[in-house]
Amino acid sequence: MPNIVVLVKRVPDTNARIVVSGDRVDLSAVKWVISPYDEFAIETALQHKEAVGGSVTALTLGPSESDKILKDAKAIGVDEIVRVWDDSWSEMDSNSVQSALAQAITNLGAEVVYCGKTSADTGAGSTGPGVAERLGWASVSNIIDAKFDAGITVTSPVENGSAIVSVSGNAVISCDKGNLKVRKPNVKGIMMAKRAQVNVVTADAPASSVTIVSQTPPPAKPAGKKYEGGSSAEEVAKLLREEANVI
Amino acid sequence: MSESIIIAETSKGSIAPVTAELVSAALALGTSPTVVVPCTDASVADGAGYEGATRTIAVKGACFENYDASSWAAAIDAAAPSGIIIAAATPQSKDVAARIAARRGLSIVQDVVAIDGMNLTSPIYSGKAMQTVALSGDAAISVRANVFPAASSNSANVSVVDQSGDVGTAVQEIIARASARLDVSEANIIISGGRGMGTPENFSHLEKIADVLGAAVGASRAAVDTWESIPHSMQVGQTGKTVNPNLYIAVGISGAIQHLAGMRSSKYIVAVNKDADAPIFAHADYGIVATWEETLPVLESALASMMS
Repeated sequence: MPNIVVLVKRVPDTNARIVVSGDRVDLSAVKWVISPYDEFAIETALQHKEAVGGSVTALTLGPSESDKILKDAKAIGVDEIVRVWDDSWSEMDSNSVQSALAQAITNLGAEVVYCGKTSADTGAGSTGPGVAERLGWASVSNIIDAKFDAGITVTSPVENGSAIVSVSGNAVISCDKGNLKVRKPNVKGIMMAKRAQVNVVTADAPASSVTIVSQTPPPAKPAGKKYEGGSSAEEVAKLLREEANVI
Repeated sequence: MSESIIIAETSKGSIAPVTAELVSAALALGTSPTVVVPCTDASVADGAGYEGATRTIAVKGACFENYDASSWAAAIDAAAPSGIIIAAATPQSKDVAARIAARRGLSIVQDVVAIDGMNLTSPIYSGKAMQTVALSGDAAISVRANVFPAASSNSANVSVVDQSGDVGTAVQEIIARASARLDVSEANIIISGGRGMGTPENFSHLEKIADVLGAAVGASRAAVDTWESIPHSMQVGQTGKTVNPNLYIAVGISGAIQHLAGMRSSKYIVAVNKDADAPIFAHADYGIVATWEETLPVLESALASMMS
């Protein structure tokens, strides 16, 4: 019965306004949530456990503020919650994050790892494949469907369609929404989550080789041209060719 | 001059145009690029010669028949020299670049949209802010399409390396997309509809224009959540796909922050909305305040006569 780990990350709510103050984003006023794609990963992990047994551990990397999203994951139905952190860590690049997560996953004895296809803050999508490589495991990214029996069969988009792929050994699988309906925490889950203990572990992380220089608001767009009435579509079509040069 | 390795983007058995843009990105970084072409038939690499690139390596292997991240990363890593790895910011190339970076113990910076010396800028929070980072040494980066100019073609100086990689997954079946239309993540022109379209059946009016332009059809989250027949694969926005086509036409989409996050970096934006105060107009290069019923037939016939 598989030892399943699901990676979760604390991010600003996707509806939050992102304010820049000085040369850094100011996140002091935002609401924090589990990254939305990680909810699909939790749902997929729970479906895997329901199909074949085993256990699901939610793992995050972050300071103690991240305990809240681990408890949210517990309320949804994961068995264990673990946070990897060292107080000396700050502004970690992908190499340090992935190294620390890979160590924590190894120490947990995981056999399969689920994560969101990207996190809502960086949008990079590097963690799943990067952790898989460090573990020497297979990986499938951006899956839109999963079925479980002796192995795992997933569907992921490829050029011109989708591929049905079977995974037999250890793997890291990153999840898109597909047709998933994520379950919400019930009262019992919320009560259990309140009493749940976060298991805090540590790991070694290499120093970052990528440093943040600045964070800025997106470049302002010059005011466009605005027309009244559907007949102006003819003029707009002409401008798309003659002015914008895009058709 | 330090070295860089460009992982050529291939599409339907030939080199995709974005590869020429990656050469310009490599030169902007002050590096001397080698173009690496993952392939099953080395003749593909003949199309991967560029002004400014030093050489082209065709990495030929059976593992490139289907996409499997671990074998692709292993085979490309074995054939590529050291240096800064540069890939296109497509879902597959971002994935394989992340694995190669991890294999080499390097960091990765995804979705680069500007390069200034060793400083790289990428959108964060789905484009609600931009982040500039400094590299110190080798790293992997992915670069968005339609940002850098294409380097001129040149005859390719190709060497062929046979390579194998242990395949970690088994592709059972490839299901071709029912529609011949492009996916929003692949298209250079996208026309998207929102709840303002009234019913999902009315998306056929968007499809007609898409067919004229060779465009993909997208949708807002509101449309995907409201109508079951509009699949999530069409969703543009923060929890759907982030796109940056040359032209994005938003029809009946008010411009929620969630949607803007997924398309604001499009080169040109056209908005059609009957509400003159819709937030989408603040981001549109060309705004039309009118119903879609009034606008789309005029747009379709104007475009059709232009494209013919």
